[in-house]
Amino acid sequence: MNRFDYLRPSTVAEAVAAASVPGSAYLAAGTNLLDLMKGGVVRPERLVDVSRLPGLDGIEALPDGALRIGARVRNADLAHDRDFARRFPAVAEALLSGASAQLRNAATVGGNLLQRTRCAYFYDPASACNKREPGAGCDALEGENRLHAVLGWSERCIATHPSDFCVPLVALGAIVEIEGPAGRREVPLEEFHLLPGETPERESVLAPGELVVALRLPPGADAFAAHARYVKLRERTSYAFAVVSAAAMLRMEGGTIAEARLALGGVALKPWRAREAEAVLAGARPEAATFRRAAEAALEGARPSGENGFKIELARRIAARALALAAAGTPERIPALPASPMAPVSGGALHG
Amino acid sequence: MSWSITLTVNGEPRRVELDDPRVTLLDLLRERLDLTGSKKGCDRGQCGACTVLLDGRRVNSCLALAISHDGAEVVTIEGLARDGALHPVQAAFIEHDAFQCGYCTPGQIMSAVGLIGEGQAGDDPERVREGMSGNLCRCAAYKGITEAVLEAQRRMGQDGWEEAA
Repeated sequence: MNRFDYLRPSTVAEAVAAASVPGSAYLAAGTNLLDLMKGGVVRPERLVDVSRLPGLDGIEALPDGALRIGARVRNADLAHDRDFARRFPAVAEALLSGASAQLRNAATVGGNLLQRTRCAYFYDPASACNKREPGAGCDALEGENRLHAVLGWSERCIATHPSDFCVPLVALGAIVEIEGPAGRREVPLEEFHLLPGETPERESVLAPGELVVALRLPPGADAFAAHARYVKLRERTSYAFAVVSAAAMLRMEGGTIAEARLALGGVALKPWRAREAEAVLAGARPEAATFRRAAEAALEGARPSGENGFKIELARRIAARALALAAAGTPERIPALPASPMAPVSGGALHG
Repeated sequence: MSWSITLTVNGEPRRVELDDPRVTLLDLLRERLDLTGSKKGCDRGQCGACTVLLDGRRVNSCLALAISHDGAEVVTIEGLARDGALHPVQAAFIEHDAFQCGYCTPGQIMSAVGLIGEGQAGDDPERVREGMSGNLCRCAAYKGITEAVLEAQRRMGQDGWEEAA
């Protein structure tokens, strides 16, 4: 790990001023940043510790029906908040399907948004990576790339965004609240992360010094609570990043889908909202054929970036399964294995 | 530049001078306070051998900067036994053969104490296994570990055991 200066400002304004100096990085729990620093992947010259900043650790119901989640709220605290889990069960399930209990006890909401890709070539300073070193090339293109992106990638970068939490959030239209040198602004989560294009080193819309202070779920986002699931395919039972994942939410009226939300994880460098699929579902009856058509719409335009063509069909199946599970209804309690694709759809076949 | 931090470790206030902000909580415990029960396995948050309770919550001490936790309360494996009597989780690990080489065991036990405190797993072995998935055991003593955690939890419920520190 490189040497660095350590600062612990006591207000958001002081933190923003401190982190506006080039070479600075914000430190919250550090569960991703310290790992990256130990590997020499990132080498910030100064750490601005925001882990004690006041006013960023609350979960607050706003008068207009929105819910505001402070950036310092820990993943475990949010997932186990009874009111939150009741209103946003797919978000709680996604949180509990990520990382380990120890990491969820430390990791924060803001840090989850800003975690870096787990691409092995990004993590290995001896490999070429345009994200780590712009213009260096991308060793993933000709390397071990079975888990890389199938949507939104470029020849410069085929990495994926690793978050589970962000997948149902983007489906629900979450808003990111940001404080920066130029004041306060808000950005929809859907526009927060950037696709790689020609500049994969630019990962989010954040300008130097800008700090995520909160996430907001808009009024009405809890209308999907009765039919909301997250499904995550992993290469082992637990404690693994998604090969592909899907968050599916339905608002049912009578026997018809009044409104649907669908987002995919593990397929692109950002949590991928599938609006085309949502359009297929709106007004339809919740049937397997409809879910399959929606899943096909979600993966329209997908193409392999290497030895990962299998992920496209896998993502379709996981999306269709998430929709079928959502249609069956949110379970009373989050399953023992959150987001497991191995759980049967009640009343249906295990593999459908 | 140097920093002075104070931690309550296993119930005792400890003051540590840090000449370098890079010191992790794990290295501080092991190298500065001679509490070598917490193990350094992967040092990257993947194996769980370094698990301690930090302000009552189980965390990977290898991924925590000590300086960032000035004033915190830490419980390590050394702080579990009381008056020479093993903590119920320690006793259950021995009774259920929940280890072989023992290297991961302090982390497993601290994680189990954290899990039981969180109260999310109940008596469901599947939930215990999922809740313990951040602790790897390369000897694969998982069967004994699951049994030990369930047994310790039952016993702690009956005896009204209060958490250490």
